[in-house]
Amino acid sequence: MSGVKLKSVRKTYPNGAEAIRGVDMDIKSGELIVFVGPSGCGKSTLLRMVAGLEGISGGEISIGDRLINDVSPSERDVAMVFQNYALYPHMSVRGNMSYGLKNRKLPKSKIESKVNDAAKMLKIDAFLDRQPNQLSGGQRQRVAMGRAIVRDPQVFLFDEPLSNLDAKLRVQMRIEIKKLQRRLNVTSIYVTHDQTEAMTLADRLAVINEGKVEQMGAPMELYSNPKTLFVASFIGAPQINLFPVTFDGKTLNNGDMKLNGFKDLPEDTELVMGVRPDVMEQSPKGQIKMRVDLVEQHGGENLVYGSIHGCQNDEGEELEVCLKTNKEMLPALDESLTLGFDPSTAFVFRKDTGERLI
Amino acid sequence: MKRPSITTHLILIVGAIFMTLPVWVAFATSTHAPETILREGLQILPGGHFFETYNEVLFVEGGVMKKVTAATMLKNSLILGVGFALGKVVISMLAAYAIVYFRFKLAVPLFWVIFMTLLLPLEVRIIPSYKVVADLGLLDTHFGLIVPLIASATGTFFFRQFFRSVPDELLEAARLDGATPWGFFIDILVPLSKTMIAAILIIMFVVGWNQYLWPLIMTTKEENYTLVIGIKQIYQVLGEGGELPQYNKAFALIIMATIPPVLVVLFFQNWFVKGLVESEK
Repeated sequence: MSGVKLKSVRKTYPNGAEAIRGVDMDIKSGELIVFVGPSGCGKSTLLRMVAGLEGISGGEISIGDRLINDVSPSERDVAMVFQNYALYPHMSVRGNMSYGLKNRKLPKSKIESKVNDAAKMLKIDAFLDRQPNQLSGGQRQRVAMGRAIVRDPQVFLFDEPLSNLDAKLRVQMRIEIKKLQRRLNVTSIYVTHDQTEAMTLADRLAVINEGKVEQMGAPMELYSNPKTLFVASFIGAPQINLFPVTFDGKTLNNGDMKLNGFKDLPEDTELVMGVRPDVMEQSPKGQIKMRVDLVEQHGGENLVYGSIHGCQNDEGEELEVCLKTNKEMLPALDESLTLGFDPSTAFVFRKDTGERLI
Repeated sequence: MKRPSITTHLILIVGAIFMTLPVWVAFATSTHAPETILREGLQILPGGHFFETYNEVLFVEGGVMKKVTAATMLKNSLILGVGFALGKVVISMLAAYAIVYFRFKLAVPLFWVIFMTLLLPLEVRIIPSYKVVADLGLLDTHFGLIVPLIASATGTFFFRQFFRSVPDELLEAARLDGATPWGFFIDILVPLSKTMIAAILIIMFVVGWNQYLWPLIMTTKEENYTLVIGIKQIYQVLGEGGELPQYNKAFALIIMATIPPVLVVLFFQNWFVKGLVESEK
């Protein structure tokens, strides 16, 4: 097994569009790294550059000690699982899994045993002779993974592999991928736009925005200690509550709302305060007055959505916030709640640069 | 779905009779003696000379030079039809593969040049084509008969459209699986295009079978005639000389010229329809 190193990797398209703007990354052997970001942020492009499906405009990518910039995809010793599985529709499951090995000119008996082993591991040994169109989505997904596993690659690449599955299957497959990766201990890169998937799978997460890595680290590290406004708003579900505010030396202000407990903030610039929905709570001494608009019951917990009196968002509308509570709390519509939070759990960012101040 | 009403059936039956009647008349007439046809005109009921006529047409040498039988012409037609169809499919698949999957300079203009030749029927370039084939000494050969016809804009266009509908991920998966360009073509694209290939083979077989002008100017020896020219030649013979015009033989030839394309379409119609309708991913 070997790690993957990216050194100021860039991708510029012929039309001048910059997809990747200098990415440095050091992926250790056996690690599962998740690239997460909004659509169009370049996460898939970056993955495809590692796979060799996209050219590299600048910088270096190496697997182990081998520089692979100019190595053809098949010789990079990587295997990829595609979003729509990309199974060869005319080949049986066995054919799909053995195609890569045949091209590598492995002896027949070896191919046979490898395919059978991988099929057993993925519990698809019963359908080895079926065609892909006779399989369900989950089974196809397994076949796609089987095709990757039989090759014993140095690196697994997953390009949003679960996004075509229904919600229940997605959770199940997510757990299986994680287990499988643990067991095989193969360095893996996993691309997704789903932050839950990212949080639960990753050893380390790379949040990508506009072709750059905003922050990279363990999922909980990113959750509790985001470096930028973007990371804070992208990681965590439900999303972090963001309050556009200004600081007057004593309090953070937005309209009628004044929040105590902050200091050492610049007074001349616009700020954004972020509070996670689960650190806000009802408290008589609270400084936020919310009018309830909607209560979502998720079973174990409730999400209360509402707007803040006299507090505006960037569009000049009343600011919406979300509060995560236990299942017993069921406020009526239009009920007024007084909310508070511990200022040390809040984040404050500069609005212009997104940089975190507290 | 509602069962079709009697009116629908009636209309369909009338339509079917209308379409098949001429073929039937040709067949029925071909089984009569030439005298009967001359005396009484076209026949709607079969007569008693079926074996006689067909045996004579197939195996007794006729034509101006008395050198060719319908069996020979049938063979020539089959060679032309099959060679034409296969050639077209191979050439146009390869051309479309190059256009769709390889990035090379002028790929787009080249495609449009190929596409433009759709506008030019064979008749426009028949003199230069003839000159080239004649200079190469290929007159009166099957090779010379087939090769100038197989460059196919239609086929290239169909395959191009089809290849473009094949998801890119398949290509990418194959590249990661270590498939060579040739391997990807043979292992993935060709099997995926099966129905498409069948459809084009059928269409092109019929087109090749029905070629008239090109075989006519390309062949000078009677033993190289195709059925379609043969009919015309025999018909000409019929009018000349003192013999009784043998309309029965002309009709027999027509029937024989019709049967192979019909058989091909009948046998392959499932594939044919699939190829035209289905976009299997």
